[in-house]
Amino acid sequence: MKLGIMINEGPYTHQASDTAYLFAKAAIEKGHKIHRVFFYHDGVYNANRHAEPPQDDRNIVNRWQKLAKDHHVDLVVCVAAALRRGIKDENLQEGFRISGLGQLIETGIQSDRMVTFGD
Amino acid sequence: MTEATGGIEMEEGVGGKVKKFLYVNRKAPYGTIYALESLEVVLIAAAFDQDVSLAFLDDGVYQIVKGQHTKPIDVKNFSPAYRALEGYDIEKLFVEKESMEARGLKEEDFIVPVKVIGTQEMTDLMQSQDVILSF
Repeated sequence: MKLGIMINEGPYTHQASDTAYLFAKAAIEKGHKIHRVFFYHDGVYNANRHAEPPQDDRNIVNRWQKLAKDHHVDLVVCVAAALRRGIKDENLQEGFRISGLGQLIETGIQSDRMVTFGD
Repeated sequence: MTEATGGIEMEEGVGGKVKKFLYVNRKAPYGTIYALESLEVVLIAAAFDQDVSLAFLDDGVYQIVKGQHTKPIDVKNFSPAYRALEGYDIEKLFVEKESMEARGLKEEDFIVPVKVIGTQEMTDLMQSQDVILSF
């Protein structure tokens, strides 16, 4: 199945990104395809490459980056939401890209299921 | 247009597929940014010629209440934008009756024409959709 994911919350404060990651990983392991992960609202902070969590904690940003690299997952950060919050190409982690909300709609159209992780 | 739509050319990008999209609004218009950014999605979505409906539940019903005055909190009153939806052919707006009544609101309190439906009908509406985006 082709899955689309939207993440609406930032890392660490909220579990949304963690749950979405675990969901995506499990789905891929089961042979499904993640068409795209779209980061919206505070979810854009998941792409901040300056995030430095303590050594003994999970690195949410890098975890997404690795998943994207290993499984060719398209990680898209909403441009409007990102600019509002100071996420730009300069501080964007590798593996993410900034694009428009149309990418979210397109994900909904192209995916068999669209799953939202948020508050 | 391509910038607003994330560089997607409508015809080639979506292959002429029309899906039923339901945008579920559950949060108050101010206090958090969800309502505003949800509206931004809906306005972009209008460009994609999809079958769009909006649902207002819980505190989300406050998003379309008349007479919003936001000056004292120094936040833009974006409620007039809901009236623009009609111009984008987005005319299917649903309000959950129970949410509306629990907040002492009536149909005439809303700035846009809505269809008030009960929880069961709302459930049926959700069941009939292809894509539900909840904010």
